[in-house]
Amino acid sequence: MKELKILGIVTVFTLILYWGVEPFAHSQMHKHVEGHDFTYPDLPAVKAKGNAENGKNLVMACVGCHSITSQNMPAPMDPVMSAQTYGVNPPDLSNIGALFDEKFLAHFLLDPAKVTKSKHFAMPPSAGSEQDAADIVAYFKSIAPKEVSPKEAYAAACGRCHANRYGHWTQLGDVPKTKSNIKTGVDLDALEFKKKLGIYQNKLADYMGKLPPDLSIIIRARSEDFLETFVEDPQSQLPGTAMPRVGLTKEGYEKVKAYLEETGDPSKPLREKTGPWVVGFFVIFAFLAFLWKKSIWKGHH
Amino acid sequence: MAHFDENARPFSHKWLNERLAIDTLKRVLSTEYWIPKNINFLWAMGMVLAATFGLLLVSGIFLLMYYQPNTQLAFDSVNYTIMSEVGYGWLWRHIHGVGASVVFLIIYIHMFTGIYYGSYKKGRELIWLSGMLLFVLFSAEAFSGYMLPWGQMSYWAGMVITNLFSGGSLHANGLVEWIRGDYVPGQAFLNRFFMLHVLLIPLAIIGVIVLHFGTLRIPHVNNQDGEEIDFEEAAELYKAGKVKESKVIPFNPVFLSKDIFVMGIYFILFFYLVFYHFEFAMDPVNFDPANPLKTPTHIYPEWYFLWSYEVLRPFPTDPGLIAFAFAQVIFFLLPFLDRSPNVAPASRRGAFKFWFWALLIDMIVLTFMGKLPPEGIWSTIGLVAAVTFIGLWIALPIITSKEKKL
Repeated sequence: MKELKILGIVTVFTLILYWGVEPFAHSQMHKHVEGHDFTYPDLPAVKAKGNAENGKNLVMACVGCHSITSQNMPAPMDPVMSAQTYGVNPPDLSNIGALFDEKFLAHFLLDPAKVTKSKHFAMPPSAGSEQDAADIVAYFKSIAPKEVSPKEAYAAACGRCHANRYGHWTQLGDVPKTKSNIKTGVDLDALEFKKKLGIYQNKLADYMGKLPPDLSIIIRARSEDFLETFVEDPQSQLPGTAMPRVGLTKEGYEKVKAYLEETGDPSKPLREKTGPWVVGFFVIFAFLAFLWKKSIWKGHH
Repeated sequence: MAHFDENARPFSHKWLNERLAIDTLKRVLSTEYWIPKNINFLWAMGMVLAATFGLLLVSGIFLLMYYQPNTQLAFDSVNYTIMSEVGYGWLWRHIHGVGASVVFLIIYIHMFTGIYYGSYKKGRELIWLSGMLLFVLFSAEAFSGYMLPWGQMSYWAGMVITNLFSGGSLHANGLVEWIRGDYVPGQAFLNRFFMLHVLLIPLAIIGVIVLHFGTLRIPHVNNQDGEEIDFEEAAELYKAGKVKESKVIPFNPVFLSKDIFVMGIYFILFFYLVFYHFEFAMDPVNFDPANPLKTPTHIYPEWYFLWSYEVLRPFPTDPGLIAFAFAQVIFFLLPFLDRSPNVAPASRRGAFKFWFWALLIDMIVLTFMGKLPPEGIWSTIGLVAAVTFIGLWIALPIITSKEKKL
């Protein structure tokens, strides 16, 4: 039928056009980076078998800078003071055993700068031997919570450098709920928090070279493939970037991604729920319109 | 003085007829507005465009209720307020974004249908010219709208495109600053493009749509064979009940019933894109907030501007701007550059057939090259395609004047 032939030609040209300006153009503009599913093949396997009991003793050296809140070990300094001392607030270690790769952590303890591939690293080598490193990792594994929420994963892996304003997250944690003075409109607590955050961000920017970007909507600003390979190894996508390799496991990354979707693409669940109804409506609409057209055109040909 | 029946009930048929001539209006504009029977679904693209414009207008009104035309607030008002706080705000935004892209696809199909069937000749020149005016207005509307989310691509596309007005070696920087209201895109720039996008250009579009419909009424719509139809005779035949023999159909309901069926199919595709495949219409780069200190690695316009961008890019500045200006106006001149008296599908018009397909393919090649980084083989292909584009238009009067009369 002639109309179908015309439709075929229009469709073919439209699809060629789409292919050229979308998949093809983007494949030429962005280099392809092969991911390794967060397995870190450049790091050799750790032979030593970890002993959590022994690790527990060794960890006493860590809490000089880090907190382990789940084990009632508080941070020695508040985040702002920490940033003034180290450039960035050292992370809480309660759930790192659940989020980060074992092998990565062990090598990280032996030589942080090398493993993170970042010149910007305040932490010194912190394990004397592979055995010590394996013991410390075993300890963190033993205290790791079974379930880590997407937000906790983001806070642990990204949240000390990257704010997420759509998630009301700052490098100092959640934006606190404060009240303004009803007579003047002045909110002193909020101003105080802003000042603390400002000091932290200035220090962080000095430490990293610039303020790491807010990640509120990064899930739509970068392709899925870019984000995954970038987080796995920042240097692979942006050579020379100050961002360290963080060593997330695949599951840990999925958690972080879930949080980024929550803040950057919150309509996804509703979109998937509404879509079939709207498209279905127009399928029925088109079918009824076809019947109407047929009845109107009866006798015209 | 017209006669008014004092006993007519207010708002009754008779009462309205005496005041508004509704029977005449209905006859002239719908039930006795005759359309040739010999048409295919491409003739429905006009109504598909009208419907898409309607969707853009309605979704735009909803977005307007929450959008903030302020350089500090614009990005988050779109990406946070509308996308996550307003109920179904994401739906309106995705309809608006996808609609803006798809409307150009349909415009191009509509234009190339007109070119293929020669629907711009012999009394139909004004249809073509008003249509081209709509194309320019839609382009301005799309560009001004693209500024509003104030992302990286908004900012840098705004910078690059307004820079074109410096006219190369004319160095008309005063003109560029006048357009921007500042040395660089800023608050004044955002405000005026907001005004253009939500008021002035839509008003002009609505006006020109009315004109475009008006220009159709007397010469009537063309048909698949470019046949000259005696519409009055054919209409009499139709009204006499010989609908099978008559070469025409009334706009309402016969033509409309087909239009609405085509629209139904189109809306399935449209809403599939809105729900499942909207990324093609919303460039990732524009989800980074505008940053005057950081130029994106690749700056490119939306796909529908790529061909004319690529006519500009491969040349040195001044010839490039002249070529660009040529690309902007040349389609307007089509009815006068086509010297052949034949109104017929391109397939029956000898050399014009090759000209048509060459133009279409050349513009697709230009579109591809317009997005790719201008390096190596891509810039060479781009240059060849741009020269071909200009060459095709120069060749048009020559090949059409040699065309045999059918």
